[in-house]
Amino acid sequence: MQLDGTTDALLAISIVWGFIFIYAVMASMDFGAGFWSMIYMNKKQLKATNIANRYLSPTWEVTNVFIVGIVVALFSFFPGGTFVLGTVLLIPGSIILLLLAIRSGFLVFSHAAKGYERALTYVSGISGFIIPAVLILVLPVTHGNVVYRQNGSHQLDFTNLFLSPHAYSFMGFAIFSTLFLSSLLLADFSNVADERDAYQVYRRNALITGPLALLLSFSIMMTMRTEANWLYMKMMNGLPWLILSFLLFLIAFVALFLPNTDNKDRLGKPRLAVIAITLQYFTASYVYGRAHLPYMIYPDVTIQSGFTAPETFRALFISYIIGFIILFPGFYYFWKLFMKDKRYIKQPE
Amino acid sequence: MNDLIFARSLFGTTMGFHIIFASLGVGIPLMILLAELIYQKTKDPHYGIMAKRWTKAQAVLLGVAIPTGTIAGTQLALLWPGFMEVIGKVMSLPFQIEIYAFFIEALFMSIYVYAADRLTPLMRIIAVIFIVIGAAASAILITNVHAFQGTPEGFKIVGGEITDVQPWTAFFNKSFAVTAGHVVVSAFMTGAFIIATIAAYKMLRNRGNEKVYTLHRKALLLGLLVGGVFSLITAISGHESAQYLHRYQPEKLAGAEGLFETQSHAPLAIGGIPDEATQSIKWAIEIPWALSFLAGNRFDTVVKGLNEFPRDEWPPLFIHTLFNGMVLIGSLLIVYAAAGLIWRRVLKRDHFPRWMLIFFTTAGPLSLLAIEFGWVFACTGRQPWVIYHMQKTSEVVTTSGSIGILFLLFFIVYVILGAAVVFVLQYYFKRHPVEEDLKTSEA
Ligand code: HDD
Ligand code: HEM
Ligand code: HEM
Repeated sequence: MQLDGTTDALLAISIVWGFIFIYAVMASMDFGAGFWSMIYMNKKQLKATNIANRYLSPTWEVTNVFIVGIVVALFSFFPGGTFVLGTVLLIPGSIILLLLAIRSGFLVFSHAAKGYERALTYVSGISGFIIPAVLILVLPVTHGNVVYRQNGSHQLDFTNLFLSPHAYSFMGFAIFSTLFLSSLLLADFSNVADERDAYQVYRRNALITGPLALLLSFSIMMTMRTEANWLYMKMMNGLPWLILSFLLFLIAFVALFLPNTDNKDRLGKPRLAVIAITLQYFTASYVYGRAHLPYMIYPDVTIQSGFTAPETFRALFISYIIGFIILFPGFYYFWKLFMKDKRYIKQPE
Repeated sequence: MNDLIFARSLFGTTMGFHIIFASLGVGIPLMILLAELIYQKTKDPHYGIMAKRWTKAQAVLLGVAIPTGTIAGTQLALLWPGFMEVIGKVMSLPFQIEIYAFFIEALFMSIYVYAADRLTPLMRIIAVIFIVIGAAASAILITNVHAFQGTPEGFKIVGGEITDVQPWTAFFNKSFAVTAGHVVVSAFMTGAFIIATIAAYKMLRNRGNEKVYTLHRKALLLGLLVGGVFSLITAISGHESAQYLHRYQPEKLAGAEGLFETQSHAPLAIGGIPDEATQSIKWAIEIPWALSFLAGNRFDTVVKGLNEFPRDEWPPLFIHTLFNGMVLIGSLLIVYAAAGLIWRRVLKRDHFPRWMLIFFTTAGPLSLLAIEFGWVFACTGRQPWVIYHMQKTSEVVTTSGSIGILFLLFFIVYVILGAAVVFVLQYYFKRHPVEEDLKTSEA
């Protein structure tokens, strides 16, 4: 395969995008599950907390590796771009790190110190709810008008960021889509676990948060039109994909009202809804990511500027292939043990 | 200027905090593996109990090891963007491969902790083996980046541009094997001595309770045996590290030994404080010719002194004390292990005297202290270079400012996490005393 510089950069950004997509989905479920386990802490009979914890316990560590993977993929493939990103994101990045540290720490502690579970669950639940909102700010920062140059180095314009409706749309979207994705997944999980009450709760939560998440995604498009018109125009070029994405959302929504074939006592096909929504996020973020190219940070940093050395790219790429081959059986085994094995999902606490 | 100081303090604090949990994350899984193996072989339930309890503790420690590691990785890019630009182009392979090691660790740790009851004995052992491999590989790979900082290879900087990149040459840089080896064996040693510390403490507390005492005595012996073996290997590999310094970073060795004048038949100075004004080490014990021998295996080896180098490229002189501290602790712990093993295996005593156990309780903390000394020595001793003779730390620090306040915030969070982890461990093991496990295993 003969690859020129541009194809290399495209391949590399696709890998980064893949990591971000997987992390976004897994982290939404992870943070959301932490939030729900806090909300339903007092309603033991619902088993909703129980379900959330059973999903959360084995997965948070694996999810966390993806965020490290994003950082590593960024600076390995785009050292020049990361230079600017790192400079601009010092403060927001540090805030995210602090919150993440508190959240992961107290999440783990809450499983060991049962007597303090309540307090510890509050800490991890609340910070898990704030993190997605702060994390997503990275996106509007790359859209351009909150970064300025001073004495040759890039700086973040905090005032503009705080006053930007665009940023708030993103934050609202992050919160509701976190809650939406996690409710859907937990609905599916409790359906498999045969926890009828928990299923009803999560299904209802998905029905409420889903439309809100959709609404906020429209609001992102609207604010984008004024604040990052270049991106808006390019995203509109992918209109068919956006429509497909919207249809997938409808499918997921309708799926929650279809008859449940395995259990007559409840309504909805949660597995179908989870798959449709994952595809929906996939198409939507594909359109977004494509429109964003070639810019990493508009308008100064593109994927070609500051791309890694070609020899390094080749070595990294090979390592990705080998790594994937080695890890795949491990992931499969993991999934089988925790997401499929009814003995785990159904176990009494 | 101030931002540089704050950035160095912040990063150093992050690393100093992470390394505690990271080293235990490498060392304790090895102990769990050994306990599992002995248990499967002898069916002695005591070892099954140990494996279970150590796993629980390790799962709690992970709650700090993983977020602080995430902080470390991201802070590299946030605080030292100029450094990471070079690393990204030249030395990103170890970081990338490390991700796979993290995945292996994370997947099998979750499997071992949350699916233990559904695994066959063989699968349990395989899971722990993968945890040990994943953790040790993480340590080896990240240390490789540190090794590269000391012996950079595989690229050139021409007029500010990075050219001639050879990622695998950079990966297999000269000091990779020696440095990574020293780090891994010292982590194994630390994990073992921490186990010994806890066992000794419990033996002090349970002198009347023969059943519990016996269990902890087995743990103590396992800890001392493994710790002893690895502290011997650590000392040998540390000696090799010093010889590498002699060859590739002579000013660091000169700083470590407080040697000012270049000379053959150089003496080894133990203790004391290097004094630039008098060009000597005050109050040190000097062993004639020993340094030359240690550096090159011959008494006439010429060892370079600090005066050979421009003053502004000297490492700080206090690294002499850190180096001494590390070596002293390493030697002392070999003595600990030997004493404990002789007492039990040669003299065949069932009970350890109080004073001896009190000594043993210091083994783990001392070992961790040696790791801290070693790292601060290695990283601070490289100053002013972030990449030896190629890039200065002052050139790569972020231009964003306000690092002072971040330093404060991170410091507070580390204090909170550190206190919480101690509290949670105490809380858990108080509520789940070992007697409970003994009863379950008898029933
Ligand atoms: C339990 C911990 C421990 C113990 C007992 C020792 N070391 Fe060590 N040493 C480390 C833990 C460590 C470390 C933390 O792992 C370091 C820091 C950086 C590195 O590469 O390993 C290190 C670094 C380090 C270096 C610097 C390498 C560099 O700057 O690149 C030297 C020369 C030695 N050691 C030598 C020794 C000797 C001669 C010892 C004699 C017993 C010894 N160490 C015991
Ligand atoms: C985990 C154990 C480690 C500890 C305790 C540690 C300690 C420190 C300390 C104290 C500093 C500040 C030095 C100074 O300015 O005086 C520092 C700097 C630094 N260390 Fe380490 N370090 C560790 C591991 C590593 C590793 C494995 C790497 C390689 C990835 C690394 C890379 C750096 C870099 C890039 C700096 C900043 C630039 C510099 O000061 O040279 N450190 N570290
Ligand atoms: C030589 C010193 C170091 C050693 C021995 C070490 C070892 C480890 C180990 C064993 C873990 C896994 C924790 C566990 O699962 O038990 C870990 C986690 C981590 N370390 Fe370190 N580390 C070192 C230095 C560093 C440095 C310098 C960085 C960053 C550049 C770093 C980044 C990370 C990250 C990102 C994680 C979390 C991975 C995850 O999300 O699972 N480590 N480290």
